[in-house]
Amino acid sequence: MTALTAIVGAAESDLGVTNASILTLQSQAITRALADAGLKISDVDGLATSGVSRFSATQVADYLGIQPSWCDSTFAGGSAYEMYVARASQAIAAGQASTIVISFASNQRSARSRSLGGVVESHTPEAQFESPYGPLYPLSYYAMAAQRYLHDYSLTRADLAQVAVLAREWALLNPKAYRHDAGPLTIDEVLAAPMISSPLTSADCCLVTDGGGAVVVTSLERARDLAKAPVQILGYGESTTNTSMSQVPLLPTGAAASGKAAFARAGLTPADVDVIALYDSFTITVLLSLEALGFCGPGEAAALVASDRVRPGGDLPLNTSGGGLAYCHPGQYGVLLLVEAVRQLRGEAGARQVPNPKVALAHGTGGILSTHATVLLGVDR
Amino acid sequence: MTDRVAPLSVHPIPDEITGPWWEATRESCLLLQRCVGCSHVQHYPRAMCTKCAGTDLEWIEAQGIGTIDSFTIVQRPPSPAFEVPYVIARVCLAEGPTMLTKIIDATDEELVCDATVSLDWEMLSDGHQLPIFRITNPQ
Repeated sequence: MTALTAIVGAAESDLGVTNASILTLQSQAITRALADAGLKISDVDGLATSGVSRFSATQVADYLGIQPSWCDSTFAGGSAYEMYVARASQAIAAGQASTIVISFASNQRSARSRSLGGVVESHTPEAQFESPYGPLYPLSYYAMAAQRYLHDYSLTRADLAQVAVLAREWALLNPKAYRHDAGPLTIDEVLAAPMISSPLTSADCCLVTDGGGAVVVTSLERARDLAKAPVQILGYGESTTNTSMSQVPLLPTGAAASGKAAFARAGLTPADVDVIALYDSFTITVLLSLEALGFCGPGEAAALVASDRVRPGGDLPLNTSGGGLAYCHPGQYGVLLLVEAVRQLRGEAGARQVPNPKVALAHGTGGILSTHATVLLGVDR
Repeated sequence: MTDRVAPLSVHPIPDEITGPWWEATRESCLLLQRCVGCSHVQHYPRAMCTKCAGTDLEWIEAQGIGTIDSFTIVQRPPSPAFEVPYVIARVCLAEGPTMLTKIIDATDEELVCDATVSLDWEMLSDGHQLPIFRITNPQ
């Protein structure tokens, strides 16, 4: 892939508890991202979105009043938005579209539409061979991955809890974060939170909030004529591994293949990354992703997360928005990883701004460690 | 077979591939699929072999022993039909496949990754049974 593409606009919808509809939140995210880019709705000829309805991209196109020449509603949970970046880049390179909006929004908190048990369709093998046992979907799968991880590396729940503590520390610097005013979190508080599916407590789990986001992708050449400095798409990779809870090993996750492909495409290594945005559906997800993506060796992520390197002021800032654990988690959080990475690379992140980052990594995870997609972004070079 | 009874909300719907598997549970028999072409053993049952894509598959009976790959104790149920706490686990069967299941009657000390387990059964309201496991008592 030699054609160069860039993200030129990025924005959030209203977040938290909005009492707004999904399509209102989608409209907020999209119109704000276009304004950020200095583009008009009539410029948009490509659209990628999910989680709206059965015909998600078609639905949003209809609502926006546009008739795109390219669309994508690949359903891959929280990793879909990193996948859309890859497909959007390819569509632009192939000349099928010139200006593509990637968006997501959910009102799951206002609408009380999230259930702990999750959704398993009755015609799937999981409905016959897994649901009868009563696992929480997706929580119990992450819990089993965590149990195995702690066993293999002789770690404890406190090592998981450190991830939630870190997320809260970053959230205190982000005025948009759901937990911005909640004060610091301690390991003891995480350990004392109600157990949901051992070893994960409620404090090991991401938030349930409303929210959404959008980014605008176009060619790097065109991006250089737009309102703000382009954020170049340097590389991407993905891996799809499982839907059921029994068919692949728990560790390592598909993030290993996804990250390897993204770094190879970009010609970069983990040592080149200045700011990291990982999908933190649960505390364990962050530890597994750090290792699979190559930021540390197997069993070393807990020590890394406990170090100053990933904290404000450190050289490997991790989940600077506060993440799904402390900032916002509207369900498919992946689009907000991209929004934060763009803001960091542009120097727009306010009190949580990382000094002069050149390369950012956004990594989405969907389902039960089912889908993994990595995007490497960089300042125009 | 035990007198354990699963929640009434559990109603697996067998199809043309999985029907024999569910029928065998009535006789406390845990079936696995074996590929006639390459001898690969798999679970859950499918219309094809995941190793060689062969479509000639036969049933074998599992020995009913395995090890716990991992587990979780569920404290908040997906529906009120499930009485908490209960233990969900991935069990690696001696024949190779891994299955999601439940572990019963395990103490905290016994319940660890890599523990050896053996097959037991839980009755479903429709006469099928659900394969579950218990920690194998040390001799």
